[in-house]
Amino acid sequence: MSRWVQPNPWEQLRRHTAARIALGRVGASLPTAEVLRFGLAHAQARDAVLTPMDTDHLCETLENNGFPVLRVASRCEDRPTYLMRPDWGRQLNERGRHLLGDPAQSSPVAIVVGDGLSSVAVEHHALPLLLLLRQRLELDWARIPVILARQARVALADEIGQLLGAEVALMLIGERPGLSSPDSLGAYLTYRPKVGRNDGERNCVSNIRPQGLSYPLAAQKIAYLMEESLRRQLSGVGLKDDSMADVALLADRR
Amino acid sequence: MSYSCRIGVHNHRFADLRDLLAKASTLRSGDCLAGVAAGSAEERMAAKLALADVPLRTFLNEALIPYEQDEVTRLIFDTHDMAAFAPIAHLTVGEFRDWLLLESTSAEDLSRLAPGLTPEMVAAVSKLMRNQDLILAARKCRVITRFRNTIGLPGTLAVRLQPNHPTDDVRGIAASILDGLLYGCGDAVVGINPASDSLPVLGNLWRMMDEVRSQFEIPMQSCVLTHVTNQIRAIEQGMPIDLVFQSIAGTEKANASFGIDLAMLQEAREAALSLQRGTVGDNVMYFETGQGSCLSADAHHDVDQQTCEVRAYAVARHFKPLLTNTVVGFIGPEYLYDGKQIIRAGLEDHFCGKLLGVPMGCDICYTNHAEADQDDMDNLLTLLGTAGVTFVMGVPGADDIMLNYQSTSFHDALYVREVLGLRRAPEFEDWLVRMSLIDTAGRLSDQSTVSDQLRALVHHAEDAR
Repeated sequence: MSRWVQPNPWEQLRRHTAARIALGRVGASLPTAEVLRFGLAHAQARDAVLTPMDTDHLCETLENNGFPVLRVASRCEDRPTYLMRPDWGRQLNERGRHLLGDPAQSSPVAIVVGDGLSSVAVEHHALPLLLLLRQRLELDWARIPVILARQARVALADEIGQLLGAEVALMLIGERPGLSSPDSLGAYLTYRPKVGRNDGERNCVSNIRPQGLSYPLAAQKIAYLMEESLRRQLSGVGLKDDSMADVALLADRR
Repeated sequence: MSYSCRIGVHNHRFADLRDLLAKASTLRSGDCLAGVAAGSAEERMAAKLALADVPLRTFLNEALIPYEQDEVTRLIFDTHDMAAFAPIAHLTVGEFRDWLLLESTSAEDLSRLAPGLTPEMVAAVSKLMRNQDLILAARKCRVITRFRNTIGLPGTLAVRLQPNHPTDDVRGIAASILDGLLYGCGDAVVGINPASDSLPVLGNLWRMMDEVRSQFEIPMQSCVLTHVTNQIRAIEQGMPIDLVFQSIAGTEKANASFGIDLAMLQEAREAALSLQRGTVGDNVMYFETGQGSCLSADAHHDVDQQTCEVRAYAVARHFKPLLTNTVVGFIGPEYLYDGKQIIRAGLEDHFCGKLLGVPMGCDICYTNHAEADQDDMDNLLTLLGTAGVTFVMGVPGADDIMLNYQSTSFHDALYVREVLGLRRAPEFEDWLVRMSLIDTAGRLSDQSTVSDQLRALVHHAEDAR
């Protein structure tokens, strides 16, 4: 800290919040160190949005761990199109439609891993989460393909699930990066996925990352939601998350 | 009625007024997404040329969204003041732009005119205006509102202190409020976006803010930005509610997607007025808007997003708000793609709101998937400060850790005061001087030594429950 920085004598309040308080000032302005700290956080968030998902690498690591993989993409050819045409990000391109439309590919559950708005979220968290889900959920994991989807929005899982004839679709997708959370993963569950489902018909487990919702708690919540969804034949506002994960989470926070 | 404009051998045709306005709009991704934007740069200019020749009276004869289908249209037509409109009744849209920019057109002229303007007229003229025109004309408008202090006086800029916390932790929120107050922010409102919508949680927030305010006798107002129905219930339960908040949009269908209608806003305003908590005035409403909200609710009726937005200001002004905030870059790049589009939209929204008589502030902001950064926010802040914006946001370090987007900071407010010589709401500024937090020139005091007042404030935040 340079000698011109006027610190704030209420720095002790920082322990109550992650908000950027008591930053000090030089004249009216932020100290150099704070400008750079902010700039770095924004750079990481931008990189998370703009860096393409490394599908080759992800495909290889999933297959090495025993998950069969199919690769598809939405109608968006590139990132700018993806950002400006959310409607196209919800539709498969011709190739993907053809691939998944093949009756040989049908599957009772659609597991989709989509880049969404953060490729790093998927690269960091998709495999560890899937490994835990495999332990918890009794499915024919050797035959259920993980659909790796590029330029994907949440609702792309509707078309994928419909083509596969799935009872339920689970989309693991990179969430919009926050300044201090560039790699947050979201999980969306939809019963009887089909084109045109709305967000009220899904359940969401959000902020999955070691500093947010941990892998074991996230897996517990997702597994519970999936089992309940299949048992009660619904998803969305009618399906509440009563799993003990919430209780554990609250205990964690205390 | 259709419109056309010949350029060289090409005759550009526009199906109706709605089509003409959409194609005359400066390029933005939301209009492209909706499929209403001009197909080429020349078509866009042809639309502007045709729009310049449209008589303002046309807007009183041709509704963009049918009167029978939409209560916002009914509000616009039913409350239009023909006598106020008379001085400009003979003008075209292009002539109206010229008239607005005349040195002889005064703040008083514009105040008298406001009830005679419809949002569509204002949106139309803004489409012919460059950024400097939007700044110059907005700067002339005077919109002054009051609750516990006076907002909108010439030469002032207020700040909404936004102390959000991802789990609504009362101590965390109190810490951010204190940080903001010590940086001289909070005169517009201390307004929390809660993560929860549970009334007991929200009740703690209302009570905590009211305690801080009354204990330190701060001439400010507070607000919890939850659904209007929650606030009506909380008022019935005796919560200390200053301002009632609601997000609003420019069509009945979009408002329905927010779970509101005009009658509900009226009920909320009456409930807030019944508490009689204002000391210098009774502007009790706080509204938020933003381009793209109608399209995202599939409720835009093929009206372009900027015109939809200005229709929301007609809703706002009907309820005499203390503050109206266009949250300009929050919605994402599919509506406003980059810094250039966000800056243009911010200047349009501010001008259009002010011309209609709305106390317009701006959440100068962006998300991490937009092509924008803090430099773009600096630009828009400087431009809006020059345009006389009523208020901006103050978020600790510009980083909202609850809503995950970037806005303007307490430091940014100090910057714009410094470069443009802008003061705070006078009652609030007097309080800051009394607390020795600023000097009489409005600059922050040296806080390296901890005064008794400061010590008391910090202890209060630590003890918040």
